[in-house]
Amino acid sequence: MSDKHTLYTLDRRVIVKKLLDGQDEMPVITGLSSASYDSVAARSADHPLNFNLHGALGGAAMVGLGLAMAQPEKRVMVLMGDGDVLCGLGSLATLAISGAKNLSLAIFDNGIFGETGNQLTATSQCVELGDVAASCGTPIARTVDREDQVDDAIKDLLHGEGPVVINFKVSPKHPGHLAKTRDGVLMKLRFRKALLGHS
Amino acid sequence: MVSEVSSAAAGNWSRDVYNALKEQGVSVVGFVPDGGMKEIIELCLADKDMKTIALTNECEGPTLMAGCWLGGVKGCLILQSTGVGNIINAASMSEVCQFPFLALVSWRSSWAEGNRWQVPMGLRCQDYFKMAGFHAMQVNEPDDAGPSVAAAVEEAYNTLNGVGVFFSQRVMGVKRFLR
Repeated sequence: MSDKHTLYTLDRRVIVKKLLDGQDEMPVITGLSSASYDSVAARSADHPLNFNLHGALGGAAMVGLGLAMAQPEKRVMVLMGDGDVLCGLGSLATLAISGAKNLSLAIFDNGIFGETGNQLTATSQCVELGDVAASCGTPIARTVDREDQVDDAIKDLLHGEGPVVINFKVSPKHPGHLAKTRDGVLMKLRFRKALLGHS
Repeated sequence: MVSEVSSAAAGNWSRDVYNALKEQGVSVVGFVPDGGMKEIIELCLADKDMKTIALTNECEGPTLMAGCWLGGVKGCLILQSTGVGNIINAASMSEVCQFPFLALVSWRSSWAEGNRWQVPMGLRCQDYFKMAGFHAMQVNEPDDAGPSVAAAVEEAYNTLNGVGVFFSQRVMGVKRFLR
C-alpha cells in the first residue's frame, strides 16, 4: 500500500453522478469496464456524447486528448480505471505536454483489476497516479481519498485550467454491470452527430 | 567530430509531404520520430495552425486520431517501422469503429539498412497493415512522396480506414553507422 493513500472508500458511482449532473452537453470518453458503466449509470446507456472504449486498454486518455485538441472550446471529460491508466502510463506525460486546457481525466483507482479476478494493480503497492501526473507537470493533479475533498476535485475537473488529472481512491466493491452497446460504429456516428451536427 | 550521417535523396520531398498534409486539411500530427522524417516534423512543428505533439509511444497515435475524428478534425501519425509493432492493439479501434487512421512510416531496412535491430519490423510492418485490412502504400521515388501522401489522406478520410505510407530509405536517406 502507498504510504500516503491507504483509504479505498469513495463511491465511484456517486462521484460520476455528481460530475456529470447537468453536463449533458459535455463529451465524455471512458475506458473499459467499470468506468464505462459509471458513465451509463450517470447518463443512461444511449447518451450520444458518451464514447466508451471496450478495448484498446490504456487508450481512452489519448482519445480524449485528440477530441480536446479538435474542440478546444469544449471541456472534454475522460473516465478511466487505474489498470487502464497504468497500461498507458506514458500518456500522462503526453497529456502534460499537450497544453490542452480543456481536458480532464478522472481516474477511479480501486487498486484492482476488477473485471478479471481482482488481481492487485501497481497502485495498490506503491504507485501513486496523482503524484505521477503531478510530477509530469500536469497543471492540476492530485489524489483524492476523502469525501470532503470530492467537491473541490469535481470543480477542478469541470472548470480547472487543464490538463486536470484527479485520481479518486474508490471502493474495490464492484458497482455492477449495466446493459449498453458495444457497437463502435454506432457510438461514433451518434457522438459526431450530437457534437458536430453531422455524422 | 565523427558522426553517423544520413544521406537523403535530393529534392524537396519533405516539403511536398508537408504541403500535401496542409492541402488535405490535416491539422493534428503526433509523432515518435525517425531521422528520415526530421524535416517533415520540423515543418509541422513550425506551423502555428498545426497542432504537433511528441508521443511517448506510437500506440498513442491511433487513439489520438480517433479522438480528433470524433471532434471533426483530421490527424496523422508519423513513426518508424519499428513503431508499427506498438500500434496493433490501439489500431484495432480503426477496424472496430471505422475510424480513419493515417500513418507516415519511415520504412527502415528497405535499402542498405545498417542496424540489425531494424530488420524484423522493417520486413513485417507492411504485412501488419495488410493483415489489419489497411492499405500499405510505398514511396520509392522522391517525386512520389507528395502525391502519395495526398492520396493517402483522401483515402483514409473518405473510406474511414487505415492507410500507411511507407517511405523507402532510397527517399529518406540511409543512416551510415560507425563500426
